[in-house]
Amino acid sequence: MMSTKLLIPLYENDVAPRFDLATEVLIVTNIGKVDPVNKRIVVLPKASAEQLCHLIITEGIQTVVCSGIEDDYYQYLTWKRIEVIDSVIGSSESALERYLEGTLKPGEILH
Amino acid sequence: MKKGATHNTVNAGDSIRAISMEKTAISPHIDNLFNVPVGFFELLDEVAIGVVILDLDRKILVMNQTLKSLTGFSQKDFFGVACAHILRSNVCLHDCPALNINEKSGPKCIEGNLINKDRQLIPIRITSAPLNNYSGKMVGFLETVEDIRLLRKLDETTSRAYNFNNIIGRSPEMEKIFQILPSLAQSDSSVLITGETGTGKDMVAETIHEASNRAKGPFVKINCGALPETLLESELFGHRKGAFTGAVENKPGRIQLAHNGTLYLTEVGDLPLSLQVKLLTFLDDKEIFPLGSIKGVNADVRIIAATHHNLEKMVNDNRFRKDLLFRLNVIRLHLPPLRNRQGDTQLLLDHFLHSLSIQLGKKMLGLSREALKILLNYHYPGNVRELRNIIEYTVNICGDRQIKPKHLPSFLMEAGQVDVAEVTQESPTLLSFKSEDSDNTRQASLKNWPDIEKRMITDALIKTGGRKNKAAVSLGWARSTLWRKMKRYGILR
Repeated sequence: MMSTKLLIPLYENDVAPRFDLATEVLIVTNIGKVDPVNKRIVVLPKASAEQLCHLIITEGIQTVVCSGIEDDYYQYLTWKRIEVIDSVIGSSESALERYLEGTLKPGEILH
Repeated sequence: MKKGATHNTVNAGDSIRAISMEKTAISPHIDNLFNVPVGFFELLDEVAIGVVILDLDRKILVMNQTLKSLTGFSQKDFFGVACAHILRSNVCLHDCPALNINEKSGPKCIEGNLINKDRQLIPIRITSAPLNNYSGKMVGFLETVEDIRLLRKLDETTSRAYNFNNIIGRSPEMEKIFQILPSLAQSDSSVLITGETGTGKDMVAETIHEASNRAKGPFVKINCGALPETLLESELFGHRKGAFTGAVENKPGRIQLAHNGTLYLTEVGDLPLSLQVKLLTFLDDKEIFPLGSIKGVNADVRIIAATHHNLEKMVNDNRFRKDLLFRLNVIRLHLPPLRNRQGDTQLLLDHFLHSLSIQLGKKMLGLSREALKILLNYHYPGNVRELRNIIEYTVNICGDRQIKPKHLPSFLMEAGQVDVAEVTQESPTLLSFKSEDSDNTRQASLKNWPDIEKRMITDALIKTGGRKNKAAVSLGWARSTLWRKMKRYGILR
């Protein structure tokens, strides 16, 4: 089932190559409720996988779309029942578009 | 220089940009070096360190097999994609060496790390150099990527006495193993490692690889008991596009990925019979047939297998093929249980106490005499792994600078009360009989450290009404440690 709240770590306009080095994230809310969906970019004080995990938990994010992520954080997030679609390469817009279509899978290259 | 319909000639970078624009199946070759043209990709694949060629936009044109194995990406994935998205290195994002390179600058070398597709963080060294055409104009970059895990490990271990790479011991049993490991590593024969759980079979396999001529090649590990038969077959031998539903692209098997390196088959006793035959064929012919392929692929791979099962007994029970056993059992290495390693318990205790204190940021003075006596007298059915876990637990919960009996896991105290008064020297065999003969039902039901730890976690969770924060505090662990251990033991809501 598609979640209503999604987060994508950003590197310029792309999905950040590294989860732990992202300094800004795209948060998409009200997926499936309003069209177009609500989007906002949050700038992080520093790149930190721990702080990003904390943000994901406190924001109630249900799905994370990212590229490289260390196994510890992947396992932690999935343990927290957060869907993680990793190794996604491409622009955040195309990743979001594919997610909304329901066709985004781990390892997708969207260039 | 020739240009055929399906070949592009590489000549000092002249046509690299052109190749990147084509985005078609390319097969460049090198002319005028040998009597016949040599495949450029094939040449790169023979290089034992990762090599990648980038265009001026730092998009990937070519990546060799070593780098594919390191990053986990295949040819289909990386072509034309920005290097930072495939290498996924911290260097690419903050200090890309290619950015500071011009036609006249020499190679730039920088250390960092990458996260591969298996989600592993790997320390690397990247060296970046310009690629110029005949007129001296820069057309792209050549980068080499070295996996420096081994170097990092060596840095950590050079100060240790009594060890071989990362295996520690000074007992006669271990000295025998240390003596044969170097010569064993230099040979290319198959090795079968046996031994109880926790004796260090994985570490020995990795050590053999690292001390061998194949050290620069990949070390590919596969757990034969972890995957269902069909998945394991695809994982080991690979598959071709369309071989089965969901096979949307060609995928190399682990054996192929281990080309020029070592394939480590752990829990080989759990390998299904049908795959035993296929593995046997590979051991004979050094050729694998991916699922759905009629064309064989050659793979130069050294096999190291390990199991805690008695394979001879499995052969008698018709659960393991005798001919496979004979092929794997070229060199047999049996790792002794800790209880048979005279004097090693103390050495390992000191080692783990030292390393875990640093790792966990605690300033420990050491063990009290009573605590040491209890630890030396325990029989460690889980061997070195159990000993390490006990020390990890103890260092975690110890609030003082010296570890006392009260800091040790309670099951050790119960075992210790019987024996501490009598046993002054390490006498594990004697103790093991006493412990096993004890009427203590708790001891009987909780045979090893993982069982005890699992029970401690559930007890703490019950006491705290399922609140993990409080449970972690009561156990003296960080919340993440509790989470990790809960995951390991399958205690998840």
